[in-house]
Amino acid sequence: MAVSPPAIEVSGLRKAYGDKTVLDGIDLSVPQGSIYALLGPNGAGKTTVVNILTTLLPADSGTARILGDDVRRAERIRPLISVTGQFAAVDNLLTGEENLIMMANLYRLGRGRAKALAAELLEKFDLTAAGKARGVTYSGGMRRRLDLAMTLVAEPRVIFLDEPTTGLDPRSRHAMWEIVRDLTGRGVTIFLTTQYLEEADQLADRIGVLDHGVLVAEGSADELKRRMPGASVRLEFSAAEQLAAAAGLLAEAERDPKALALRVPTDGALRSLRVLLDRLDDAGVEVAKVSVLSADLDDVFLALTERPPDSMERPAAVAGRPTARKEML
Amino acid sequence: MSASIAVRNSGTMLHRSLRHGVRFPMMLVTGLVTPVILLLMFVYIFGGALGSGADGMPGGRSAYLDYIAPSMFLTTVCYGGGTTAVTVSVDMTQGIINRFRTMPISQSALMAGHILGGVLRTLAAVGLIMAAAVGLGFRPHASGVQWVAAAGLLVLVTVGLTCLTIAFGAAAKSPGGANTAVLPLQILPLISSAFVATRTMPTPVRLFAEYQPFTPIINTLRGLLVGGPIGQDAWIAAVWCVGAALIGFTWSRRSFSQRR
Repeated sequence: MAVSPPAIEVSGLRKAYGDKTVLDGIDLSVPQGSIYALLGPNGAGKTTVVNILTTLLPADSGTARILGDDVRRAERIRPLISVTGQFAAVDNLLTGEENLIMMANLYRLGRGRAKALAAELLEKFDLTAAGKARGVTYSGGMRRRLDLAMTLVAEPRVIFLDEPTTGLDPRSRHAMWEIVRDLTGRGVTIFLTTQYLEEADQLADRIGVLDHGVLVAEGSADELKRRMPGASVRLEFSAAEQLAAAAGLLAEAERDPKALALRVPTDGALRSLRVLLDRLDDAGVEVAKVSVLSADLDDVFLALTERPPDSMERPAAVAGRPTARKEML
Repeated sequence: MSASIAVRNSGTMLHRSLRHGVRFPMMLVTGLVTPVILLLMFVYIFGGALGSGADGMPGGRSAYLDYIAPSMFLTTVCYGGGTTAVTVSVDMTQGIINRFRTMPISQSALMAGHILGGVLRTLAAVGLIMAAAVGLGFRPHASGVQWVAAAGLLVLVTVGLTCLTIAFGAAAKSPGGANTAVLPLQILPLISSAFVATRTMPTPVRLFAEYQPFTPIINTLRGLLVGGPIGQDAWIAAVWCVGAALIGFTWSRRSFSQRR
């Protein structure tokens, strides 16, 4: 018996515009029924990958297959996929319901089925009340939901979501995540791009980190986190002398004189934390504040993509530079 | 992709285009209100003076109405082209074109919907302007055959200009740019035999006016509806219209299938 092919299989994918290389040899494989997140800063090449996989753009070289079919055979790929682009592709002059019925008509579902399906999707995406209002009146979150609902009219097997939550407020973003998680329950494969680490962490089974057209890392969120040095303890002091005394005791500590703070590597166990604090206590060093920082995906991402944090566009609501997960003691 | 699927997909796109026509506020303003205002202006402001100078029709305002009513039908087609270009550009520059391109549908359906929708929308506007002209006292004295020929020419002009303006819209970088691209088509009738006889113009302008496409089209329409010489103009008009349609169609096809 033949093994069922991966939902998406890409090897050696390259694309350049003139002498500007956008994709420089991408390899990835996405099993059916899973969620894959392609994570990267703006301009990394994420949308180009989506455009090639969705038949919008030819690759220069390399192969890409959807459920075993080459993406160059657009007429075989299009019935399998659905795409929600970076800019919600909603018809502004039509109502939410009319948008869905138009999609159903394009798939030739028949009048009765189209109407029923539109009502069902409006309900599912919490748009029933807005169903008779035109797209132009929708908020950002509503547009994305309608966009995704339109994507589902055809019951695709592979769904591409290009930055599905960019520009959404935190509440709409969480609502979107819930919807995306629900989809995989039905065996649908989801390929999403995002510039938000938290989004990839929350949703994806596997994450590929794309930077300058190259996959610089790939793995589950946990695997990626493991690639970072472990947790650390941050000690803050009220005076420079205290900081100097503590630094003298702890050779492995990293000093932050401006904040009067030390960062000490730790394995995170309570026992080693107690030993550390006891040593300071015994030496008569007074610690003003202690916090434990665990490595998170932000650190991994920044380490991998090697860019200063402020050159990336990230809304404060999702990720301010390694706020990490702080556990106050 | 079978022909029946292409027809059904095109039908859905046509339905969409017609709905846009009704809901697009610009359609009402530039597509209908502007031609009506121009009609009123030419009849009630310039008409008294120009009526005496118009092509062999001394007789003031009502003669002038007869003279310019056919021109106004053509002008309405030009203004309809503005709406067409903008709606096409909106589709091409906002995300929806990529949605359609990734769907298992006939890839010529969207363009077919725009052509048919644009032609029907523009002809409806022409019908309304005709009614307005009749309301103001326009009394064509055409025979049945002449009416059919005039209607045929109007349809041909509409098809030609719709295809051309769809190409403008598909090539434009923004809906504003699409609107600007159509402006010359809306100004061109002013430099033709539409509102005054070309023989009253200074030579360089007259030569331009006599050889530009709107003059033979207007002369033919006028000849059919209210009388006047047609001669060679009928087939010259037809050639211009078919040419515009072919160029517009080919150019649009390329723009619609090209990714930007």
